Amino acid sequence: MDAKPRLLNILDIITILLFVIATGMVFLYAPMEIVMGQVQRVFYYHVASAWVGMLGFLVAAVAGIGYLRTGKRSWDNVSLASVEISVVFLIVAIITGSIWARPIWNTWWTWDPRLTTTTIMVLIYAAYLMLRSGIEDPDRRARFGAVYAIIGFISVPLTFLSIRIFRTIHPVVIGSGDPGAEGSFDMSTRMLHTFIFSLIVFSIIFVDLLWHRTRLGGLADKVEQLKLKLVE
Amino acid sequence: MRTDVAARVSAPGGVGGFFRALWAIVWKDLAAELRSRELLSAMLVFALLVIFIFNFALELEPGTSASVTSGVLWVTFAFAGTLGLTRSMATEKDRGCLDGLLLAPVDRSAIYFGKAIGNLVFMLVVAAIVLPVYSILYNVNLFIPGLWVVILLGSIGYVAVGTLLSSMAVQARTRDVLLPILLFPVVIPVLIAAVKGSSGFIGGFEMSEIWPYLNLLITYDVVFIAIAFMVFDYVVEE
Repeated sequence: MDAKPRLLNILDIITILLFVIATGMVFLYAPMEIVMGQVQRVFYYHVASAWVGMLGFLVAAVAGIGYLRTGKRSWDNVSLASVEISVVFLIVAIITGSIWARPIWNTWWTWDPRLTTTTIMVLIYAAYLMLRSGIEDPDRRARFGAVYAIIGFISVPLTFLSIRIFRTIHPVVIGSGDPGAEGSFDMSTRMLHTFIFSLIVFSIIFVDLLWHRTRLGGLADKVEQLKLKLVE
Repeated sequence: MRTDVAARVSAPGGVGGFFRALWAIVWKDLAAELRSRELLSAMLVFALLVIFIFNFALELEPGTSASVTSGVLWVTFAFAGTLGLTRSMATEKDRGCLDGLLLAPVDRSAIYFGKAIGNLVFMLVVAAIVLPVYSILYNVNLFIPGLWVVILLGSIGYVAVGTLLSSMAVQARTRDVLLPILLFPVVIPVLIAAVKGSSGFIGGFEMSEIWPYLNLLITYDVVFIAIAFMVFDYVVEE
């Protein structure tokens, strides 16, 4: 059996330390937003986990293309791992968003393009997981997974666009925001530091988890092969 | 790579052979349907039932607003469409037809386009019957060429993705429940654009308000036909 790589051990420790630092920055370093108060602090986690969710789906689609081109199982492991991680992070993003929206928009939920698209993304990748669980043959499972990851990834921007043609109230904090959006604010330097730092930390968490999950997938493949050998 | 278009189309018989194979598959589907009529009649009865359920659920009155009409129509088409897609692929799979098609020396994408065109014809036939029935029941004028264009574009997008996904779903253990779960989240852009486009035409809006949705439908159709063309090989590969 492969031992856990040393580099992965080191990455684990770094990830935990960075996450502690990020949490400290969110609560101690970043100033309190005057209008929204403490609830605004959820923003640093909310945007960072939404970012990881989308990054994961990009990785899944690219790994899907990689699998279809090469037929190597490791690509499939990466694709599955990154879908699983992204689903969790997107759900975190939706829940943290709701916590923020309740006092600011006075509702848990609104049919805004960003919220709706995020939820549809979760549904697409839940369908991806169900598709995989319905197929026994590992090669076919990998091929179908890759195809669906690609289709799902491409349909998401079109979904966003189709809902976008209506109006939106979701604030755009980065870049030029629509001043009509409710709950938008200007970031101070300290807020910007905290925000960028938590984006980086969440990306590192993603890499760490992806590595773990991909390694687990590889080990599971090995166990399956050993079992087959035993039967022979 | 097999995705080299020139090499693929120049497979046995060249471009002519490709279209002959495609036409043979479409013809086979239509002839089988003309003799049994099991698919179309199921889709039609189902579509009418959906309209009746909506009548009670939403208390539709004659002369309901354009947005409700287009919403009801598209939900009906989408549900009846899933029924047709599952059925048309399941018959291929169960009777060993798909294996026969795959063994035939024709390009795989000809099989995809053949099946997709067959499914498209079924959807359009359902639409052609549902539209007059709906306009009689609710006293709305649905004889609007623009609306038909939206239905054609929407059906193309729906069928392009649907044929690909149904050929994946029939190979899974949970196939009957799987297709809607796979299909609906990825065809949401088609459904939104088609509903908005249809209600624009029914409500007699300005063309400038309808164009964004038509453009979206055309984009979706082109993008997903291209993707299905590239990946269909991997879906039917044994």
